[in-house]
Amino acid sequence: MDLLTLLLILDSTIRLATPLLLACLAGLYSERAGIFDIGLEGKMLAAAFFSGAVAYTTGSAWLGLLAGIGASLVLSAVHGIASITFRGNQLISGVAINFLAAGLTVVIAQSWFKQGGRTPQLVGDARFEPITLPFADAVKDIPVFGVVYNELISGHTSIVYIALLLVPLTWILLYRTRFGLRLRAVGENPASVDTAGISVVRLRYIAVLICGVLCGLAGAYLATALQAGFVKDMSAGRGFIALAALIFAKWRPWQALFACLLFGFLQAMALRPDVLEQYLGFKVNAQLLDALPYILTVVILAGFVGKAIPPKAGGEPYVKER
Amino acid sequence: MTTAAPAIELVGISKAFGSVQANKDISIRVMPGTIHGIIGENGAGKSTLMSILYGFYKADAGEVFIGGKKTAIPDSQAAIDAGIGMVFQHFKLVDNFTVLENVVLGAEEGFMLGTSISKARRVLKSLSEDYGLNVEPDAKIEDIGVGMQQRVEILKALYRQADILILDEPTGTLTPAEADQLFRILDRLKNEGKTIILITHKLREIMDVTDTVSVMRAGEMTATVKTAEVTPAELAELMVGRKVRLTVAKKDISVGEKILEVKDLSVKDINGVERLKGASFDVRAGEILGIAGVAGNGQSELLEALGGYQKATGSVTYKGAAMDLSGLVSNGQDRRSNGIAHVPEDRQSEGLIMEFMAWENAVFGYHLDPEFRKGWLTDNAAMKTDAAGKMERFDVRPPDPLLKAKSFSGGNQQKIVLAREFERSPDLLLIGQPTRGVDIGAIEFIHQSIVELRDQGKAILLVSVELDEILALSDRIAVMFDGRIMGERRPSETDESELGLMMAGMTKDVA
Amino acid sequence: MNELPRWAEIILVPLISLLLAAVLSALVILAIGENPISALQLMVQGALGSTYGWGYTLYYATNFIFTGLAVAIAFHARLFNIGGEGQATLGGLGVALVCVYIPWPHWSLALIGAMVGAAVLGAAWAAIPAFLQARRGSHIVITTIMFNFIAAALLNYLLIGLLKPKGSMEPATAKFAESTHLPSFQDMFSTADNVLFRGAPANVTFFVATLACILVWLLIWHTRLGYEIRSFGHSDSAAKYAGISPTKIIMITMMISGALAGLMAINNVMGEAERLILGSVEGAGFIGIAVALMGRSHPFGIFIAAILFGFLYQGGAELALWTSIPRELIVVIQALVILFTGALDNMVRMPLQKLFSLFKRTPVSEV
Repeated sequence: MDLLTLLLILDSTIRLATPLLLACLAGLYSERAGIFDIGLEGKMLAAAFFSGAVAYTTGSAWLGLLAGIGASLVLSAVHGIASITFRGNQLISGVAINFLAAGLTVVIAQSWFKQGGRTPQLVGDARFEPITLPFADAVKDIPVFGVVYNELISGHTSIVYIALLLVPLTWILLYRTRFGLRLRAVGENPASVDTAGISVVRLRYIAVLICGVLCGLAGAYLATALQAGFVKDMSAGRGFIALAALIFAKWRPWQALFACLLFGFLQAMALRPDVLEQYLGFKVNAQLLDALPYILTVVILAGFVGKAIPPKAGGEPYVKER
Repeated sequence: MTTAAPAIELVGISKAFGSVQANKDISIRVMPGTIHGIIGENGAGKSTLMSILYGFYKADAGEVFIGGKKTAIPDSQAAIDAGIGMVFQHFKLVDNFTVLENVVLGAEEGFMLGTSISKARRVLKSLSEDYGLNVEPDAKIEDIGVGMQQRVEILKALYRQADILILDEPTGTLTPAEADQLFRILDRLKNEGKTIILITHKLREIMDVTDTVSVMRAGEMTATVKTAEVTPAELAELMVGRKVRLTVAKKDISVGEKILEVKDLSVKDINGVERLKGASFDVRAGEILGIAGVAGNGQSELLEALGGYQKATGSVTYKGAAMDLSGLVSNGQDRRSNGIAHVPEDRQSEGLIMEFMAWENAVFGYHLDPEFRKGWLTDNAAMKTDAAGKMERFDVRPPDPLLKAKSFSGGNQQKIVLAREFERSPDLLLIGQPTRGVDIGAIEFIHQSIVELRDQGKAILLVSVELDEILALSDRIAVMFDGRIMGERRPSETDESELGLMMAGMTKDVA
Repeated sequence: MNELPRWAEIILVPLISLLLAAVLSALVILAIGENPISALQLMVQGALGSTYGWGYTLYYATNFIFTGLAVAIAFHARLFNIGGEGQATLGGLGVALVCVYIPWPHWSLALIGAMVGAAVLGAAWAAIPAFLQARRGSHIVITTIMFNFIAAALLNYLLIGLLKPKGSMEPATAKFAESTHLPSFQDMFSTADNVLFRGAPANVTFFVATLACILVWLLIWHTRLGYEIRSFGHSDSAAKYAGISPTKIIMITMMISGALAGLMAINNVMGEAERLILGSVEGAGFIGIAVALMGRSHPFGIFIAAILFGFLYQGGAELALWTSIPRELIVVIQALVILFTGALDNMVRMPLQKLFSLFKRTPVSEV
């Protein structure tokens, strides 16, 4: 395979992996705290719409991003109220949030823009533009390194770099700070946190809200960076692939990065069936590539390749025992 | 020493859960540098009292004085601040954390963990040396034994500079050797000036380690005495209380053939810990074999294994044929169809389905019977009629088969279970805690029913933590301790204090 | 602790939840500058004002009855089958295989054959997650979600490959033979001079769905299996005591659930489209969750809730046609119903419990 084709595919891998990574990290915070979240998809979708809409209206991608995060946070709060305050079923709440987002985004989009449930095309500052990293131009003629730096590493939007930075940041937060220690503890055994004199409810709300912020980033990326505007159902199952990646990564940040890159790569390959056929010598079915993340996740869940053990207290509302 | 202010003083503590008065006007004083025991039967209110002291529950009334100062304890943080540490019966540890992480959790210094962890490592080292608390700081909780886990809990409290340490049933899951080690640690803590409250229902522990002891019964504090001035027998009496001596009229019938023969029956729990350790006994037709013992000494596992839903090893012969001990679900059905009835210890989580109506519960376990079938369908009408009859005969109040199980009182719930199991006229009845949480009125009726079944020549295995119940009903009594049968006695040849000592594992007769 | 009276449990709680969902939906309609009252009138007129409207309402309701029953039976065993969508997709495949490859002499025989095909494939698709749950402890919610996507990919693969007739560009099977066409309501109820249900897709499957309600009701409350399913759902420890096998219950319940979801395909694939196309389930698998929650997992409640959702779907289509309110408003209402009847159940229930305990004496049977 020539370097340029490879770089093109890897470049598109990074772009496609970014929303997965953000959503996956979002889920990581929530689920590590013991709150299952199958509503990543919905939060992402809501964020995508509101960021697209506000970016279009104000002409500022950054304001759009804020709006997207705000929308996602509202849905996070709903999830928190249902599953923490009222001790409802976390899974059902997640399902409801997905539908709420799927419906509301189109209804509002239609009312605001009357373009069949989409926002108008975003142009100029309403979109996140690729950033050229320092020296990218200067080194582009150096063989291999220069090309890789220029083509692959440089030239992404700021959200891509934010997402990548969030991986080590999450790792540090989770394993090297007081907050991370408590977060992990509350997802494993909330009673340990409670008897240590720390509020379980507060900790879980914080986790759910962080999840909201990250889903907001993921959604905003879809509408204002990956594409130029919101279209109906544009999250297209990414929230669930992120969930799959989270399980695949066994709820750990670095592994989440690799899982998302893998799933992003599969998506990138599905867009270039010609390349695969050319190099593998046989036709790889695009549907197989689509389904592969899910199949891999089921295999992992089934415990055939290492067991994916979710946080022990996940899905269970905390009630003081009598 | 005696002139100092008490380390803890509770005055007039009361706490009710719904209609259940868990603590009634309780007052105690514990002097600093002593080990104070609180002893009582299950449900006497010991744990509730300590949970109030640790800020886990809010008392309805009463005051707490720490070191002579009135202290409000609205939550656990306040208790920790007041220098109270608690080791719960079920540890509050995070299994996939290291020892250090568990110790630091909630007592971190600063946002980054690094300094907290290294400080904890230092402190832990010196604490370990001071008190002989031998732990591996970097081991994960899930990889270490129960004894070490408990020491981690103690370290957690000491790391928070607790002066008062409460331990709730600390030896429940420990081996005797581990328990001894724990007591040595407690002794050293005491000598360092710490105050320790030890909650237990084991007489031997009280006698061995405490300086003073309070006895709780049915939510009330019945006595506080110096341990040195009391005998185990007296304590046993205080604990159980001189209830109205139960007498049940029993016919004099001759004992028949061996119905159940148990040899070397052993059960391991899911963690591989042996809970039942080679129990052997037999039960004959027309007799009640009572198994006495403090809860958690293997009786539950015994019943579950015989009831067919717990895997066991050893051999059990029922009416001459070997019993399947695989614990596969088909066992339960086989047992029932062969005339073995089982009234489980816990009617709320096993014997009944609380959301089911009485008539549905009245066939639970026997729902496959042909008499309740009409072609492919169940004969709900027949079930309801059947249930109504059973409820009538067993005096279930109200006798309404359409009420959900959860809306009956404890005694009436139990009568539904008894009616279901007794009316099959089983050859062998396994019955656990027949009167736990049952109102006084129903106790007599339940006892009568059990004895009637025995008078019909049936074999009965009775497990109870109520000594007087065992004494009143049994033809023979076997005492269980630590998964083993300590010995057998005839009720006429023994009394509560001897049985109490055996239950505490103090004597072991050589059979 | 303090339980609600039966009527409040069955009628009041769902009604309040529905009311909350309706009020919020009305606010949404107001917010986008339309009139909720006239929107409701339009929906009633469009969905219930003619046999044509009813024909659509009942067509949608038929789908939702099947998927609602599927979710409900799993709920009875305390299993959350979120995979109705995938199971219905596979059910469609079963119908298509039976209808395309077997020459049927009469629609009634074809119906039976298609039902078998749909049920078997639907059940098989549910059986894998069920097995993984029962034996490997894999969370059934996650696996059934994954299986929805895998089903979609599988169908996509088959429809652009093996199942597509030669020369066709469309990802769909060939049209089913005339002899497999199910009688529509128009065929059944029209007279020579009075055509009813003209052009509406409701068909004989509606009666199959109604029958399914009755059968599921019998299964749950009048068979030994149903008794065991409910026992396991309420308390697995008690079920163990009674000699009920968890593995057996999980497997059988999920397979029945999957079969019911699969059976939906005789309505939409065989009854309406008369060929298998991509995405034919159209989210009905998920609506089943809302229907089951609202119907309190009781087949009769599900029947009512399914018709309500059928009304919403048809009414929503009419709204989209005549106003600027898009069809997706229905998705919003559906989400709110799930939210209030499912996740925020305690929010509705807790104040009610307080209210009722004020008026109630101490509970019966304090002996």
